[in-house]
Amino acid sequence: MDEKQGPPSPQEQEERLHEERVSRRTFLMNVGIALNAVVALAIATPVVAYVLGPILRKREYLAWVPVGNVGDFPLGETKLISFQNPFSEAWDGATAKIPAYVRHSATNEFTVFAINCAHLNCPVRWFSESQLFMCPCHGGVYYADGSRASGPPERGLFTYPLKVENGKLLINAGQMPTLQNKAKMDCPGAEQSSSPKIVARIEPCQPSPGTSDSTVG
Amino acid sequence: MPAEPWYKRLYGWVERRVQLEGPIKEAALHPVPKSTASWWYVFGSASLVLLILQVVTGIMLGLVYAPSAAHAWTSLEVLNHELPLGWFLRAMHGWGSNFMVAVVLVHMAQVFLFGSYKYPRELTWIVGVFMLLMTLGMAFTGQVLRFDQDAYWGLGIGASIMGRIPWIGGQLVHLLLGGPIISGATLTRFFALHVFVIPGTLLAFTGLHVWMVLKLGINEWPMPGRIVRRDTYVQEYNELTHKDGIPFVPGAVWKDLVFSAAILFAVAVCAAVFGPYGPKGFPDPTIINTVPKPDFFFLWIYTVLSFLPPEMETPFILIAPIVAVVGLIALPLVAGVGEKSWWRRPVAVFSLMFIAVCWGEWTHLGTYTPWSPVMNAWSGAPVPPDLLHGRTPLERQGANVLQEKQCRNCHALGGKGGERGPALDEVATRLTEDQLYRQILLGGGNMPAYGSALSPAESTALVRYLETLHPGYQPAAEDASRYVVEAGGVPKKSTVERGAGQTPTR
Repeated sequence: MDEKQGPPSPQEQEERLHEERVSRRTFLMNVGIALNAVVALAIATPVVAYVLGPILRKREYLAWVPVGNVGDFPLGETKLISFQNPFSEAWDGATAKIPAYVRHSATNEFTVFAINCAHLNCPVRWFSESQLFMCPCHGGVYYADGSRASGPPERGLFTYPLKVENGKLLINAGQMPTLQNKAKMDCPGAEQSSSPKIVARIEPCQPSPGTSDSTVG
Repeated sequence: MPAEPWYKRLYGWVERRVQLEGPIKEAALHPVPKSTASWWYVFGSASLVLLILQVVTGIMLGLVYAPSAAHAWTSLEVLNHELPLGWFLRAMHGWGSNFMVAVVLVHMAQVFLFGSYKYPRELTWIVGVFMLLMTLGMAFTGQVLRFDQDAYWGLGIGASIMGRIPWIGGQLVHLLLGGPIISGATLTRFFALHVFVIPGTLLAFTGLHVWMVLKLGINEWPMPGRIVRRDTYVQEYNELTHKDGIPFVPGAVWKDLVFSAAILFAVAVCAAVFGPYGPKGFPDPTIINTVPKPDFFFLWIYTVLSFLPPEMETPFILIAPIVAVVGLIALPLVAGVGEKSWWRRPVAVFSLMFIAVCWGEWTHLGTYTPWSPVMNAWSGAPVPPDLLHGRTPLERQGANVLQEKQCRNCHALGGKGGERGPALDEVATRLTEDQLYRQILLGGGNMPAYGSALSPAESTALVRYLETLHPGYQPAAEDASRYVVEAGGVPKKSTVERGAGQTPTR
């Protein structure tokens, strides 16, 4: 391999670098680096916005979705329904359909529960015989009104905001409920009764009438 | 001078231009300590071979796989059933992933036990920690690409964990899912992560990792009393390799080659015998009769999440992974010198054993999830006939209530049913009539209250039945004070006084 030429010795490199450091060429190289930095920044800004797109949208993914006629839900029953995600793409396939539970507790009093367990989002199942929601993943159990009965969840089932219009039940849906976006619980009358310490620590809301009050003896 | 054969001329032509022979020869023939030509030093190279297998099989699958939430599941079914050997490629990729995680973990344990992370190989270890995280990231994102019910709800679990991060959790969930909810955008995101982002980074890190192994030399076999010191180690190591060393090729490499071949063969055998992973149920979230479960290497997390008390869960989920990763990264910086031999590092050995035992037991628990209700036990697991024998109609009605109210989902009878609560076969020996009523109606101890779900008649029947559930040699628990109040007499004689084994009913 005669054509190989050894690299310059460290000393030679150092000397050459020293000459270059102060020359006009060094200055031009620095200008080149600066130009590239400016261009990179200009290109990268919209790219960052593109990547962060999902979190820059401000609530426009929520919409009122009809889930059925009021008459579809017999009084005192809890029914599994599914609705179309308000903003879906053609390639969403079956994931565009979202299940939920509608509970008709008293005349024209509805609650719509998210299917997702408040623990880790697994799909809870309704058992009408024992009036319980049970989660298959880690054994979270909820009463018929959605309040926590036992297991690892730290709160009751998530609910959708709802309204009745022209005999139709509508819910405000479009996002997966997590502790972060649905963590604030409405506690009507929470101050009226005192709960046992261990329950109070986990679930500040009292179960509403219709389920047993005390869960821990 | 006879003309050289054509292939030698071709080789010479290329070599004059690329000039790679020198560096490659240098890398292959560099001396390694004789003691490292050992079967303990084969796991790193096997990990690399498995990574290459994953890349190759992954590209093959990429030829067919459709990263669309509407079609991914179907394209996997096509691979499984319609394309010749498509199932085998999927199985190789799936089992390759299992083996890769396993071999990487064994490699890590071996490096830890041998003290290889100590000076001057600290950065090799730290880079390796990130490679481990990326390997686990590949396993998780790969599970998502197998877009079935487990993938869908596994994403839900991931999102739910993300959502616990204070302040920015909600935004992070949207970033993770590519939107406010699991959809087509989620799958394309995970496709990009699994196919471009993570493997690209992993390959770059692998290059760096191997480069450092070549530059710093393979760790010598640790000997008790041979202390690592920053100012003398490199010199001692060089002496060792030059006096008592052998060239890496072929001295040590043949064991790497044999082991890699054995691992590849094992992957192929597992793939051929056990077949591909899923896809399980169609990823339709409205099919809620599903029991989501993570893949094998994440079962232990699944277990840990079920045992944490509610109020500890969020802090633990957020803090523990950070502590673990920081601990792994800090390890060589904190313990960079000193003894390498496991004979002189009892804390290290016991830590590793402790972690291994915990991991094994958590994984074992994760395989049968005793904390989960068995959703179909109430209708699928009948009351054993011998537990109905000789009961009154009221008591049998109670057995009916027991089934109907889904008690069996959490309570086993005759070994069948849920294990969330205690088995009820001998419940009468533990609870008196009053205690049974209290427990059923008010719940407690992680049991829901059934007060509003049972009529008085139903609870009476249920308690009457439960009171019959005790073995023949042990009577039901009784409240002694009752006799005093009701009959004004003394309590009945105790089991021992009456003589165990005398009571006729079971």
